[in-house]
Amino acid sequence: MKPSSLGDVFDRQARAAFVLPSVLIILAFSIFPLLVSAYLSLVRFQIAPGGYTLHFVGWSNYRKLLFGSEQFHFLGTFGEVGALEWTLIGAAALWLLAAFVRYLRGGAWSLAGLAGRLLATAGLLAVAVLCAYTTGGAGRLGSFTVTLFYVTAGVAAQFLIGLGLAYLCTLPVRGRWFFRMVFFLPLMVTPVGIAYMFRMIADTTVGPLAPVWNAVGLRQISWAADPWLARIVVVIGDTWQWVPFMFIVLLAALESQPRDQIEAAQLDGAGGWRIFRDITWPSIAPVAASVVLIRLIEAFKIVDLPNVLTNGGPGIATESMTLHSFIAWRTLDLGGSAAVAYMLFFASTICCVSFFHFVVRAARRAQGA
Amino acid sequence: MKPLRRLLAARRLDELAPAQKFVVYAPLLAWTAIVLFPLYWVIVTSLKEPIDVADGPYYIPFVDFRPSLHAWKYIFFDLGRDTLRPYLNSVIVSSAATLVAVLIGAMAAYGLARMEYRPSVGSVLLFVAAIALAALMSFWGGVDWRLALLAGLAIFAIALRMLGRRFRRRLANHDILFWVISQRILPPVVTAIPIYLMFKELGLLDTHSALIITYATVNLPIVVWLMYDFFCAVPRELEESAQIDGASRLRIFFDVALALVRPGLVATSLLVLILCWNEYLLALFLSTVEAQTMPLLVAAQNATRGPQWWYMSVLIIIMILPVIALTLLLQRFITKGLLVGAIKG
Repeated sequence: MKPSSLGDVFDRQARAAFVLPSVLIILAFSIFPLLVSAYLSLVRFQIAPGGYTLHFVGWSNYRKLLFGSEQFHFLGTFGEVGALEWTLIGAAALWLLAAFVRYLRGGAWSLAGLAGRLLATAGLLAVAVLCAYTTGGAGRLGSFTVTLFYVTAGVAAQFLIGLGLAYLCTLPVRGRWFFRMVFFLPLMVTPVGIAYMFRMIADTTVGPLAPVWNAVGLRQISWAADPWLARIVVVIGDTWQWVPFMFIVLLAALESQPRDQIEAAQLDGAGGWRIFRDITWPSIAPVAASVVLIRLIEAFKIVDLPNVLTNGGPGIATESMTLHSFIAWRTLDLGGSAAVAYMLFFASTICCVSFFHFVVRAARRAQGA
Repeated sequence: MKPLRRLLAARRLDELAPAQKFVVYAPLLAWTAIVLFPLYWVIVTSLKEPIDVADGPYYIPFVDFRPSLHAWKYIFFDLGRDTLRPYLNSVIVSSAATLVAVLIGAMAAYGLARMEYRPSVGSVLLFVAAIALAALMSFWGGVDWRLALLAGLAIFAIALRMLGRRFRRRLANHDILFWVISQRILPPVVTAIPIYLMFKELGLLDTHSALIITYATVNLPIVVWLMYDFFCAVPRELEESAQIDGASRLRIFFDVALALVRPGLVATSLLVLILCWNEYLLALFLSTVEAQTMPLLVAAQNATRGPQWWYMSVLIIIMILPVIALTLLLQRFITKGLLVGAIKG
């Protein structure tokens, strides 16, 4: 068993040696911090003479976020819900129920699949009710609902614009490499820089668009003081940065699809929209679903833009969950901060795993069939 | 009717009709303007005196206002060392983190793509439990962390010898791959506080190593994910013939396999480099003065006297330039590399 050289030792342990460094690093700097965070979210942190003390308080930090004094900050302030919203929620519930029944009658159900679907359905309905309550009447959004708004509005806008531009670039246009190069640029700018850039651009008195605001009589409007305008400016900044990513990947997918089918359809006189719907879209759907999933994962982590662009204001109107957690940490509320972070972890995991199972897998299956 | 038809129909399939041309070029040019205008505005602002910003908007240097290099002078000479330090920090941290992440990640991806792994579930759980025990010992028991770690590993080794044969359920390669990739879902803010406490305990707060290790960890999943696809896409014959020639595993990995996936390797490295270069939240947690990185310096220009737009603009420009230069330099690799990754989906 005597090793003759270092290379031999490595060869004998080659399998472990290749994978272990990664596994150990992830264990040390992701999994253990995750466990410590779980513990921190159950304690109250207090500065004491000569250091600090940790009091175990159970679920108190979470209860505060969901039902107690921090509810306005996390979930939002509840307003009243009108008949229209209830009808919409009812319709959504019926639709989900129908999907559920279809799944059960499909025969091939498993316990894990059932549990996952129950969780996803319950989560979706809870979010719908929450949105209705926090947007209706005197309701205000909290950091949870604001994050959901950033994620859905941002990813949807980025996907649609990126897909549109990528599609246009596959047509016989001149200077394609120029567009490709230019569209890629925003990805290289640091998000902090983007936030300042958009603060300059969006300034209604000395920004470059001031003459436009003047002409339409909106010079006096201050978007930073209006919750929805401020949130939309954040989404615009995020979209500006991330369209390139969608664009590049979708362009590669569009260019790799076989040309002959499309040309045959063109000769048969099919219009551009029909070709896109019946030939192009089904062939790029799996890549499109994957790229949306990647963006979903990253979008939940948004923090730089709201922090620099609006500092979370007006009030807490633009605070994302990460920013909420960071602010709690800065005020030394370690337990509260960890609880918010964990809620973000749950929300993003449930959302991304559901998306993977119900959209990405479905898209891949549809193509395989 | 005839002119109208000529307007709407193309003469050949690979050509656009005049009316179509407008529909196609208008959005492309519009988005070009949307992308370029903010960048142009940053460049122009970096040449403005404060008064030109406050009285604005002024658009074109020499026509609207007299450009001045005062902001550039301030950042490069007056601030001098205080600009250079974060800049060097950013260069060191992001390049070292990229190197570590890509090296370790590519090794793991290679292993997962080429060899078979069947660790038992029991031994993995045992290992986690042993390390958790070590952490508890050093946190509450007051044992030195190196000693605690050694003890934990010893317990793991002994317990594995005793119980190893009883573990039946085993994991496969795709389980490990999925586990590594799923780490990317973890929001950094969840692990930030414990990592902060950990580095505080180790006395590494506000140092390069803390940032390098953290950045390498958060980007490792991306590297493993992309490199796995790249390794799966290249044929293994060359590696097998090298193995018959008696080359060691390590030599095959570095000399044969990595050379085959070079476009993918370059594209992945550039992506990770950009992510590290622009990272903000973790730097905010882990560095204050000595290890301050560029994004923090940019954010810090929102001083007590209000945002210093002209200084910010200079900093943003000098942060973008090297990235653009690198991308142009490596462009050939990137399109090729990203293409493989994208098609694999």
